[in-house]
Amino acid sequence: MYYDKLIFEISTPGRKGYSLPDTGIPAAPIDASLQRTAPAELPEVSELETLRHYTNVSFKNFGIEKGFYPLGSCTMKYNPKINQDIANREAFQIHPLQPASTVQGMLEIYYETQRILSELSGLDTFTLNSYAGAHGELVGLMIMKKYHEDRGDLKRTKVIVPDSAHGTNPASATVAGFESVEVKSNKDGTVHIEDLKQVLGDDIAGIMLTNPNTVGMFEKDILAIAELVHEAGGLLYYDGANLNPLLGVARPGDMGFDIMHINLHKTFSTPHGGGGPGSGPVGVKAFLADYLPRPVVKKENDQYTIDYDAPDAIGQISHFFGNIGVVVKAYTYLLTVGKEHFSEVGKFSVLNANYIKESLKDLYELPIDDICKHEFVFNGLKDKSAHVTTLDVAKRLLDYDVHPPTIYFPLVFKEALMIEPPETESKQTIDQFIAIMRKVAEEAKTDPDLVKGAPYTTVVRRLDEAQAARNPIVKYRDLT
Amino acid sequence: MSKIVKGLYYTNTHEWVKVEDGFAYIGITDYAQESLGEIVFVELPEEETAVEAGEEFGAIESVKAASDIISPVTGTIVVVNDELEDSPELLNEDPYENWIVKVDLEDETELNKLLNADEYEDICE
Amino acid sequence: MFKYLPHTEHDIKEMLQVIGVSDINDLFHEIPQSLKNLDLDVPSSHSELEIHRRFDELAAKNRKLIPFVGAGAYDHYTPSIIRHLIERQEYLTSYTPYQPEISQGTLQYIFEFQSIVTELTGMDVANASMYDGATATAEAMFMATGAKRRNKILVSSTVNPNIKQVIATYAHYRGLEVAFVAEQDGITDAADFLAKNDKDVAGLIVQSPNFYGIIEDVGQFRAPLDETKGLLIVNSDLASLSILKTPGEQGADIAVGDAQSLGVPLQYGGPYIGYLATTSKLMRKMPGRICGVTRDADGKRAFVLTLQAREQHIRRDKANSNICSNQSLLALFVTIYSTVMGKQGVVEAQQKSHDATAHLAQRLIATGQFEAAFDRPFFKDVALRSKLSPEVIESTCIEHGFLGPLWLGRYDDNLADVFLFGATEKRTKDEIDAFVGIWEVR
Repeated sequence: MYYDKLIFEISTPGRKGYSLPDTGIPAAPIDASLQRTAPAELPEVSELETLRHYTNVSFKNFGIEKGFYPLGSCTMKYNPKINQDIANREAFQIHPLQPASTVQGMLEIYYETQRILSELSGLDTFTLNSYAGAHGELVGLMIMKKYHEDRGDLKRTKVIVPDSAHGTNPASATVAGFESVEVKSNKDGTVHIEDLKQVLGDDIAGIMLTNPNTVGMFEKDILAIAELVHEAGGLLYYDGANLNPLLGVARPGDMGFDIMHINLHKTFSTPHGGGGPGSGPVGVKAFLADYLPRPVVKKENDQYTIDYDAPDAIGQISHFFGNIGVVVKAYTYLLTVGKEHFSEVGKFSVLNANYIKESLKDLYELPIDDICKHEFVFNGLKDKSAHVTTLDVAKRLLDYDVHPPTIYFPLVFKEALMIEPPETESKQTIDQFIAIMRKVAEEAKTDPDLVKGAPYTTVVRRLDEAQAARNPIVKYRDLT
Repeated sequence: MSKIVKGLYYTNTHEWVKVEDGFAYIGITDYAQESLGEIVFVELPEEETAVEAGEEFGAIESVKAASDIISPVTGTIVVVNDELEDSPELLNEDPYENWIVKVDLEDETELNKLLNADEYEDICE
Repeated sequence: MFKYLPHTEHDIKEMLQVIGVSDINDLFHEIPQSLKNLDLDVPSSHSELEIHRRFDELAAKNRKLIPFVGAGAYDHYTPSIIRHLIERQEYLTSYTPYQPEISQGTLQYIFEFQSIVTELTGMDVANASMYDGATATAEAMFMATGAKRRNKILVSSTVNPNIKQVIATYAHYRGLEVAFVAEQDGITDAADFLAKNDKDVAGLIVQSPNFYGIIEDVGQFRAPLDETKGLLIVNSDLASLSILKTPGEQGADIAVGDAQSLGVPLQYGGPYIGYLATTSKLMRKMPGRICGVTRDADGKRAFVLTLQAREQHIRRDKANSNICSNQSLLALFVTIYSTVMGKQGVVEAQQKSHDATAHLAQRLIATGQFEAAFDRPFFKDVALRSKLSPEVIESTCIEHGFLGPLWLGRYDDNLADVFLFGATEKRTKDEIDAFVGIWEVR
């Protein structure tokens, strides 16, 4: 039975799904002049109707526990259940204004998580107040700006961003008040050093790099790049979206990066939640530590304290301490994986990616034929004669119950199909995926229209996205 | 191969200019609409706004892309093609028939700096 | 072998053979040797049982206090079904809905969330979602300065100081100018606003109920802002708008704030969820994700992310906001809360919170130790004056198992004897009696 109702469409006037106790506290009426004129038309449904509705709606989603999710640059690894149980503990449901002396457990989680992240990344101190990767980028760039400002070096108004960077990088630069300067990539996707030298100068505040980059290649000249940027007076920012393959293998701090963010919802197994809540801790080298945003959690004589004043901080970037509930999950994961297994995480993700790449490169165009890290990019099908596009391939994969790879990113390849198979996937699953990808490539040759018309088995088929944008219907009232 | 109309002026940012009675009509080229794909929204300027050559005065959004509209000329926008507000797809259907703004030109000699159809064709190759 | 990593020795060997290398470490050959060979000082691997023991230990180091304060984080009741639903793997583990055919679940609840936010705010369109109320307000500032192409924003002094700090931080780095409008007896000083408002001002940010819990007349700023073509930005606790006059009714251009008080647990400050709603006119200037309705190839109704040309992945350095992942699962949380509590229940929880706060204030004043700081209508926060020192109040409260009021001298020397209290529908008459009792015996 296909379920297609909106919650408002099953609402019945007068129906209730809740109960609240009579507190015995006298009513304190609010003056009518301060009240809204008509009630908000929120749904009126029973408890079971609510459950049934959101259960049926959930069936229209794909999740990691359902199937393979090789979404490039997103690190869709298994989200352990224990993380969730721990975060739900009643003892962590505390008001954020409780004094430090009463939340020593909470602050220890915060402090210890940032300490382990420091150790894994080679940066010296982290704030966990930033809510997501892009938020972390913004905070990191604010730190970069304040560093130059405090030295009276006010002409550094530009940040270098490679053309293969995530869209958030240039956007964050703009929001932080910088102008971004694009540098071109080499054929293998790495930074073009000569191009970089051209733009380095006394107007450059720093460079934002993803390493391995978005085509899955490690910047093998990273030490030289770091030296060049530092010599020119700039700082290096590390976009942690692609940290997973380096986990326990190599550290951004040792490569010369001064500032970085980590996506806990990528590398450290916290769930994506359909687009958040994430968490984007920002780490810095010791010489930038005082710039981390307020409030700052500190450890002094075995007591954890909260510094709300931190005079040199860039300021405040969150109402309280960020998505601390997400941090609890990441801390659980860090303890579970532990010293013994961190490097296996990085290594197996790289093993999986290279295995898929080698198993499919006869049918899909591989623009960079080299050892990749945790992800790599195909430039569509090798045989383009039937005009089957990357979009068509992605949609056809839906019919085989596989989440498609990231498509049309990075922008450096026209038909980009970016595959990232996390370390939590077994060889059996990966082999199945390879077989499906081969089958789709075969279909593209023998029956291209079949692929171009896909998907057929999903709850809805291809959508008219232009209509949605030309005539936006963005709430229930617009429909009625 | 996208369509290029003879007798118009062009820019390397893919706008065209048609001059009639001292007024310039500005639109986007067939090449531009093709690369943008299905156009879903045109951000139009207000009438009586001054524009300068090389400066953006609006934007075009498709499902998967967005592009600023750069004014090829200096002057004052006297009329805005309101039809595009409700029917942005007109730019896909006939980009040369559907101009975006009409500008009262400040200096007609400025047009000499623009490309002709042949020069523009080279850019599109 | 480790439970999250399925590869056996045999698997690894087979896979390496296909790749054509003999050792897994060869896959890292291009990484300079000097960067490798790490010896990390990190905890060793914990089994599930050890994890529980470790967190028992940490939990014992927290002391959960019964809050008599809100100040931006409200202890409302969360109906049981919400956790069960949001932890369904289909919601919890999915990515941003970029592939709409297999993300109709996420897209549909986003659409429902947008509908709920627009109902509550009285605005035309809402996004889904922002990190928190503070960053949402900073984004509203960017929206105003971007849309108006003006660099200056006015912010009322009665806005929550944490939100003011976040606004100031965002503005400083982006090169925007923030001017604060003075307060007069607990509300925005209208005369000071008029003196500071001019054609360089992109908009005014006001909060209602404001930091002191006072319900402000934000509609009075509409006409003067119309004269200077500035935007009216109203920050409100979303749940309070189930009762109070909406930003929409008062002519707001942008409504922002936190939606935490729609049942989201306190969890030490986050994850919460910010919202941002606006008029149809400003829709395309809005940051964040928006879901719209369309049809599929068979003509069936379907949902899809729309107006994406505003966003960072398309506009890159020309985007007005860098927001990407936000608080989607919390949008589901708020949607389910607003559904199961429904049209009546959301209002009832808020009204009971107001009743409890009013009762608390009255009882505290009756002890003779406190007096009202402002004689104005408040909602679920209330500012009281006392001669007691903040240290005494804090330690006495903790001693009795309560989280007492927020001392406002922390933010403003002029408020050194003012304390911000609050209560919700969760506070019982007995708890209030016990809390008030502390001050009666003194």
